[in-house]
Amino acid sequence: MSTDTAPGAVRPVAAPPRPGDGRTRGRRGRRTLLPYGLLFPSLAVLTLVLGYPLLRLISLSVREYGLAQQFGQPADFVGLRNYAKILGDPQFWSVCARTVVFCAVNVALTMVVGMLVALLVGRLGAVLRVSVLTALLLAWAMPPLSSTILWQWMFDTQFGLVNWLLTRLGGDWTGHSWLSNQYSFLTVATIVVVWMGVPFVAFTLYGGLTQVPRDILEAAEIDGAGAVQRFRHVVVPFIKPLILILTALSVLWDFRVFTQIYVLQRAGGITRETDVLGVYAYRTAVGANRFDTGAAIAVVMVVITLLLTAVYLRQMARQEDL
Amino acid sequence: MTTSVARRRPTWGSVGGKRAQGAATTLAGLLVVLVFAFPVYWMVNTSFQRGTKLRGLNPSFVPIHGTLDNYQRVFERQFVPALRMSLLVTVTTVVAALVLALLAAVAVSRFRFRGRTAFIVIVLVVQMVPPEAMVISLFKVLDGWHLVNTAIGLVLVYLIFVLPFTIWVLRGFVSGIPLELEEAALVDGCGRFRAFLTITFPLMAPGLVATGVFAFIQAWNEFIFALVLMNRGDSRTLPVWLQAFNEGAKGTDWGGVMAGSTLMAIPVIIFFLFVQGRMTQGLTAGAVKG
Repeated sequence: MSTDTAPGAVRPVAAPPRPGDGRTRGRRGRRTLLPYGLLFPSLAVLTLVLGYPLLRLISLSVREYGLAQQFGQPADFVGLRNYAKILGDPQFWSVCARTVVFCAVNVALTMVVGMLVALLVGRLGAVLRVSVLTALLLAWAMPPLSSTILWQWMFDTQFGLVNWLLTRLGGDWTGHSWLSNQYSFLTVATIVVVWMGVPFVAFTLYGGLTQVPRDILEAAEIDGAGAVQRFRHVVVPFIKPLILILTALSVLWDFRVFTQIYVLQRAGGITRETDVLGVYAYRTAVGANRFDTGAAIAVVMVVITLLLTAVYLRQMARQEDL
Repeated sequence: MTTSVARRRPTWGSVGGKRAQGAATTLAGLLVVLVFAFPVYWMVNTSFQRGTKLRGLNPSFVPIHGTLDNYQRVFERQFVPALRMSLLVTVTTVVAALVLALLAAVAVSRFRFRGRTAFIVIVLVVQMVPPEAMVISLFKVLDGWHLVNTAIGLVLVYLIFVLPFTIWVLRGFVSGIPLELEEAALVDGCGRFRAFLTITFPLMAPGLVATGVFAFIQAWNEFIFALVLMNRGDSRTLPVWLQAFNEGAKGTDWGGVMAGSTLMAIPVIIFFLFVQGRMTQGLTAGAVKG
């Protein structure tokens, strides 16, 4: 990993210039220990609070660790039994399927709405454009917990604004409980997640769209390309790396969604039919005191996330120089 | 704060520079404003409404006969201790993250050494470990160190998901500052440390502010770890306090819950709007003349 074949190696080396410190002899010359000293505090924190707990997580997942072990019983090594247990549990598979579908739907909606908003912003006059951008910033800046509780209030069964509005528009929605049905629960959760995710995507895409060279667009228009064709054949290829990175990031974020689901469940929603992986692991470990199976679920989650990350990192490596 | 983005003329729309902005476009723009701004307004509006109004047949859209009772109730409900805990944890996290990340960023962008690329890869990969999956074992580990329900314990946890991002961004900032500036100072007889302190550090100030604010927002908003690690009533941070309030109210005190929510959101919104403009500013603009 420490070879100089990384893209960044092409850049002139920014070593501290000091007479006679062997800089000109390159990497193989005398080395100073200073950079290691500078890195030490960060590495120490990452090792202690991330590396070690990660090992503990894996160790927990291959041991027997329930309520008895919390009170001092030895935690016996049980090999892959916990993994066998979760993989043989239909509940786990339905949670997995739900997580994947929820993630896919949310990412798709976030990206499509974000792109539409970004395209729209470019067509607006100055006043409306600033208004839209400000509204997006407001929603973006809201703490996730505040946003979730806010939407919980808007979808409140008795006094929520949504039920009132839908009743006004026709139909009787008084006292409709959104959180007691799996599908309407997940719909509300989707609205919260997409509402919170769109501003970042729209802002970034808008920034990308402003970079599309004007002359190429003009040339395409002169050649008779319509708006849709210009978008598909000029704009999209130009901002493709951006779209890929945003999609990858959204996948990573929506895959591990916790706060929105947890809060809505606590608001009187159903749990069994609405769990996603993160909440399920938490509920198994902290709620049901099965730290062993909870840890196994968490390990599965980490593995899936790291696999997804590979895609993201490949894009990053292309964009940034390491 | 939005001007830096708004000022640039977009180029992909109607290329011919048509002024005729269709009614449909305007309408769509207004709809987007409504969808994203209205819920935030609704939170603030609710926080000023009387309970009787909130439980009425029709919602009131403007707090004309509003009240501050909801805010008063928030303060009676242990808001201040939670605020104090949140500030303690957040400020400590920001300071620690900036100091550690600055050192690491300098190491990575000013030196070439064995393991440099490996460290950068670690920083990137670490960002991707889902914190939600770490809750279980981190609770066990911190419990073993007797750091559950302490600010230090929570700060350590927050560092692992603030630090990699901060290092990553500061690295960009440091390498954006030309080394020639420091070299010039060295020629003038400055020590290396002094050269860094007087030349590079001031130029990095905007970067430090921006990443500091981002770290602040992260730590201020964090919910899951605070929920699990700060499980005693007197060690709650604001999000945990707010959720406890929300669950305790059981849908009967929306005015109070929204008042608490508003109070928690205000610092973040202010910081956020502030940093949006800062991030786009050119860093060394003016430092080097062509």
